Amino acid sequence: MSAFVGKYADELIKTAKYIATPGKGILAADESTGTIGKRFSGINVENIESNRQALRELLFTSPGALPCLSGVILFEETLYQKTSDGKPFVEFLQENGVIPGIKVDKGVVDLAGTNGETTTQGLDSLGARCQEYYKAGARFAKWRAVLKIGATEPSELSIQENAKGLARYAIICQENGLVPIVEPEVLTDGSHDIKKCAAVTETVLSAVYKALNDHHVLLEGTLLKPNMVTPGSDSAKVAPEVIAEYTVTALRRTVPPAVPGIVFLSGGQSEEEATLNLNAMNKLDLLKPWTLTFSFGRALQQSTLKAWGGKKENVAKAQATFLVRCKANSDATLGKYIAGASGDSAASESLFVKGYSY
Amino acid sequence: MTPLIANAAYIGTPGKGILAADESTGTIGKRLASINVENVETNRRALRELLFTAPGALPCLSGVILFEETLYQKSSDGKLFVDILKEGGVLPGIKVDKGTVELAGTNGETTTQGLDGLGERCKKYYEAGARFAKWRAVLKIGENEPSEHSIHENAYGLARYAVICQENGLVPIVEPEILVDGSHDIHKCAAVTERVLAACYKALSDHHVLLEGTLLKPNMVTPGSDSAKVAPEVIAEHTVRALQRTVPPAVPAIVFLSGGQSEEEATKNLNAMNQLKTKKPWSLSFSFGRALQQSTLKTWAGKEENVKAAQEALYVRCKANSEATLGTYKGDAKLGDGAAESLHVKDYKY
Repeated sequence: MSAFVGKYADELIKTAKYIATPGKGILAADESTGTIGKRFSGINVENIESNRQALRELLFTSPGALPCLSGVILFEETLYQKTSDGKPFVEFLQENGVIPGIKVDKGVVDLAGTNGETTTQGLDSLGARCQEYYKAGARFAKWRAVLKIGATEPSELSIQENAKGLARYAIICQENGLVPIVEPEVLTDGSHDIKKCAAVTETVLSAVYKALNDHHVLLEGTLLKPNMVTPGSDSAKVAPEVIAEYTVTALRRTVPPAVPGIVFLSGGQSEEEATLNLNAMNKLDLLKPWTLTFSFGRALQQSTLKAWGGKKENVAKAQATFLVRCKANSDATLGKYIAGASGDSAASESLFVKGYSY
Repeated sequence: MTPLIANAAYIGTPGKGILAADESTGTIGKRLASINVENVETNRRALRELLFTAPGALPCLSGVILFEETLYQKSSDGKLFVDILKEGGVLPGIKVDKGTVELAGTNGETTTQGLDGLGERCKKYYEAGARFAKWRAVLKIGENEPSEHSIHENAYGLARYAVICQENGLVPIVEPEILVDGSHDIHKCAAVTERVLAACYKALSDHHVLLEGTLLKPNMVTPGSDSAKVAPEVIAEHTVRALQRTVPPAVPAIVFLSGGQSEEEATKNLNAMNQLKTKKPWSLSFSFGRALQQSTLKTWAGKEENVKAAQEALYVRCKANSEATLGTYKGDAKLGDGAAESLHVKDYKY
């Protein structure tokens, strides 16, 4: 076979398919210690282990939220944390039909000789790490590659390096029982129009799928986490229907039907924008052989974080807020979302940070 | 919707497919020789007239691929073939490659030529009524084949041809044929097919080809010609899976070549694919040459008095394949003379 079919093949296919269940999506709660620190400082909360544990417990135990989710991406620390009752988070999620995932990349480093382009590191001993994560209960992984649009970017070097890095990561995951989420994020930063974003996204995705094929990755046991196709952050916004059309067209031109699901990143979009765009894609009358769902971090947690503010007495309110976003996005995967359901102003706030580094 | 997209979509209409009648003068000579017919222009014309005027055939077809000579020929009534086809709802297509040449330093691998002046030629063909084109790249399976070099050369040749066609109004049929010759099993064929198709779509992306305005003409995934045969359902499963792993949904239709399969085999395999319950965002149809014409040729044998019977034989195969694109073929076509006969010729050269 062109694709590597190892001992985990059946499980990988089953897990990937489950994660792509219509009506469900992924909560990206894998902020590294450094990144969660930035979130916390935004709400005046101290970045200590107990607060990080409290936030994740708040999210995972939100009444009614887990049925909207098929997976949660965790940071390594969280994989080994427990609820205040002493139950491992991983078990809690599994018991509620949510598959634990793990961020495995080690961040980006600059590519010398380029104009600020990067590659992602994390391949060293990745196989051994994946084995440990599998033992701890993880069944999927995530690795974020980052590309940018500029006068001469993304360069061929950047595209090749990032695509190959993703492919190598992906096959190592599959060898060790983890479904790899392939994430080639093209940043929104810039003043380019939506057509430029579409062209770059298509070029990048084409290179990614060639690399995956070269590395014998079993596509049926993967997921794709791409950016939506939008105008640059410095350009005029367009309607969700326009974003939907360009995004789905780009995916139709590059993503083979063997891929079971596409789980969008939200980038700097506000909670409401991200939901509306996802909804528009699922309403689009174009043939889509993969499910289109979410893998949102900021776009699921923003208003929840604000409502919580680090205070125990706000937990119930924060959890109710979280449920609203989960339900909204669950509806969006079915094309059934009705705008403004949440009514919360925080939901419309842009989450764009220029040159965002995790 | 540009005309390229509309034409490509039309060719993929369920219930229809392509008749590959683009045999070069040399190749048609071999066919005619096998039925003792002289390879002269009038006979070549007579054969194509027989095919294009066969009652009931054109409704089963969305396109016919022609050789350059045929593009300018007329029926005995004096009507241009391209007009007969157009009036019958069939798009005329044109073979534009100039055959294969060996790749030095390889073990008999080839690349396809025909890029020189291709743009100009496409313009002329468009003026003559052609609306799609075909270019055949050939790869083989062996110990060390296909080599990375051969895959790359053929994929990028196809991509360059494709974008030149699109610049000139012709929908390019992208044909990366992996020959069936060999003793390999179906898994090997699947692996090679997936690798080749992945390379093709990377090349097409690099060359900015509009996928919605293209068609793919691949081999089916089968065991090698020297290996044991397998059931149509097995061929269907491996073929569709290979396509799911490599062909983006933007491609409107996949029109299979028949290679050395017999008429009946090719139809049954296509039928099994269309019955398969799995994701198929492109329609699956045919672009058959030998697998549509074999029994017709034998029945005709170059004789005027056999034309009617020969045309019926063609209709039988057209109808069977039309049903196969819908997964409704019941295997009950009246088998013509030689319909079950393998058409495999080792190391076949067109």
